[in-house]
Amino acid sequence: MTRYDATVLAAAADSGQVGDPVVNIAIFGAFVVVTLVIVFRASRNNKSAADYYAAGRSFTGPQNGTAIAGDYLSAASFLGICGAIAIYGYDGFLYSIGFLVAWLVALLLVAELLRNTGRFTMADVLSFRLRQRPVRMAAALSTLAVVFFYLLAQMAGAGGLVALLLGIDGTAGQALVIAVVGALMIMYVLVGGMKGTTWVQIIKAILLIAGAGLMTVWVLAKYGFDLSALLQGAIDMGGENGERLIGPGAQYGASSLTQLNFLSLALALVLGTAGLPHVLMRFYTVPSAKEARRSVVWAIWLIGIFYLFTLVLGYGAGALVGPETIMSSPGKANSAAPLLAYELGGVFLLGIISAVAFATILAVVAGLTITAAASFAHDIYASVIKRGEVAPDAEVRVARITVVVIGALAIVGGIFANGQNVAFLVALAFAVAASANLPTIIYSLFWKRFNTAGALWSMYGGLISCVVLIALSPVVSGKVDPVTGASLSMIRDTSVDFAILPLENPGIISIPLGFLLGIVGTLLSKEKPDPEKFAEMEVRSLTGAGAEKATVAH
Amino acid sequence: MSESHQETDYQRVQRSAEFQDLRRRFRNFVFPMTALFLAWYFLYVLLANYAHDFMSTRVAGNITVGLLFGLGQFVSTFVITMTYARWANQKQDAVAENLREHIESGALIDGGADGSLQGGARRGDGGLA
Repeated sequence: MTRYDATVLAAAADSGQVGDPVVNIAIFGAFVVVTLVIVFRASRNNKSAADYYAAGRSFTGPQNGTAIAGDYLSAASFLGICGAIAIYGYDGFLYSIGFLVAWLVALLLVAELLRNTGRFTMADVLSFRLRQRPVRMAAALSTLAVVFFYLLAQMAGAGGLVALLLGIDGTAGQALVIAVVGALMIMYVLVGGMKGTTWVQIIKAILLIAGAGLMTVWVLAKYGFDLSALLQGAIDMGGENGERLIGPGAQYGASSLTQLNFLSLALALVLGTAGLPHVLMRFYTVPSAKEARRSVVWAIWLIGIFYLFTLVLGYGAGALVGPETIMSSPGKANSAAPLLAYELGGVFLLGIISAVAFATILAVVAGLTITAAASFAHDIYASVIKRGEVAPDAEVRVARITVVVIGALAIVGGIFANGQNVAFLVALAFAVAASANLPTIIYSLFWKRFNTAGALWSMYGGLISCVVLIALSPVVSGKVDPVTGASLSMIRDTSVDFAILPLENPGIISIPLGFLLGIVGTLLSKEKPDPEKFAEMEVRSLTGAGAEKATVAH
Repeated sequence: MSESHQETDYQRVQRSAEFQDLRRRFRNFVFPMTALFLAWYFLYVLLANYAHDFMSTRVAGNITVGLLFGLGQFVSTFVITMTYARWANQKQDAVAENLREHIESGALIDGGADGSLQGGARRGDGGLA
């Protein structure tokens, strides 16, 4: 491999892109062609709703675990965490720990029980022993909210990535690329359903983890496989702040308020994962609870190993590229990993890592879209509007139409949000999942007395409090950089300031509130719990009796 | 559910000693384990948030206490994952499978008066829609 010297790198960074856009596009194009072929082949026997939403429940635990890793390791995980560690050192590491430990909640309390009691969506489980229509409606709205926040963040990220990797600077050019990404995603999901989406996620997870693994070994080899020496490299490049990189506090230690923000984020991360609808839906693609358990075990190993890689890559980018070069490049912190790839392996490795980053966005967006489509078609259309009187064909047709609508919304939203500060949207999605979804999931699985009122209070209370708290926080308005005077909020006009709550992540208020409202709503309601339904749910959740098995190919 | 009999088949299973055992073992495992890993996680978060000097203490070279704590979270997550998977494979699956077969073959559920959700055998059209 050719090593490019720092001046070439810096010059490339100044001109708005690094590497060779032709190579980047060629490698990404190869990924698209290969996955499209697989999606078309996989979708040949997509007939029933179980085929379309749950891939005929035919994936094995290891396959599904890999797909979960592909679904979960978004561009934010890869580019964001590497960048945060390169710039802020240790504080970036905290994200990955929250994202990983959260999987134990899913493993111990949710995955198997959910697989045993539901069919397609999160709402299947939540409405099992409660009144179907209001609970399904609430669960579907909360699903759509989480998906929307997550989707917008991914699509906006795509714009920034394009600027860096393909050398497309103009707004119109970036909008075109966002539209292409959106159109590809619609095609995968429309044609491939859950089966196609799963294969895209599996391929992407393997590419992402292998690529990160290769770079990790490369970085460590440069320092004689001595982690301490690598850290010393990062300290040396960090200038006067270098010493702070190996301990906590560089990002969140500034004041008691930032420390509170961090606590809030830590809570949302660890409790959010097990309430993310696109993660929950993946458990329906395996034939049994035992396979669901194997999926999570595989996912935890893959995700954990990947986050260990990002620790090395983040410090490696800090040591080999340096925080100053990273922050002066067009993608800022998000370009740490691509710049490191360029530093290590030149144009070719950069091309691979760029293609992987695109594939990452594509796979995550596809997973989100099929979740939203299933939730709308299965919960809102079939159960709430049609009251269950609907042919399975009609439901899948509605799901496909929903995919196109959501894809179009994602493209428009992505173009609109391009360049906006939307990183908080992912944290918000986790906060909504933890405050609106997790309490109801836990209560309905484990608390006999829990009833419809409790579920509605908890879901709407959690959802509304999250959105209101964010709207009134500095991430939406009124945050000004004390040095430059520029706005750091979503609303760029610094004269607009309705931020009356200082918290940047609502979790520390909304999550306890969601759990509390579930209890209060339940106790205040006169509705009697249904002991027969509870018995059925409990027996089914623990034994798997009556759970749907794999469908036989038609 | 129709009220054709006082106790449904699922309630009968729920009351059975075998199921109660399964449930008790499950809860006795997952609840304390959840409390344990959450306490360990929040200990780490609080230390990282409020004990900067302690966490920045160097242990060997540039390896700090904080880094070891962070890697410790990875190790504990992997250990809990494998412990749970082994335990569930060895202690729970056979019991759950046995109960499931009894229920689905009708040994514990006779007839199924309301017919809506009994059918594990009725593949693909289970009663949740």
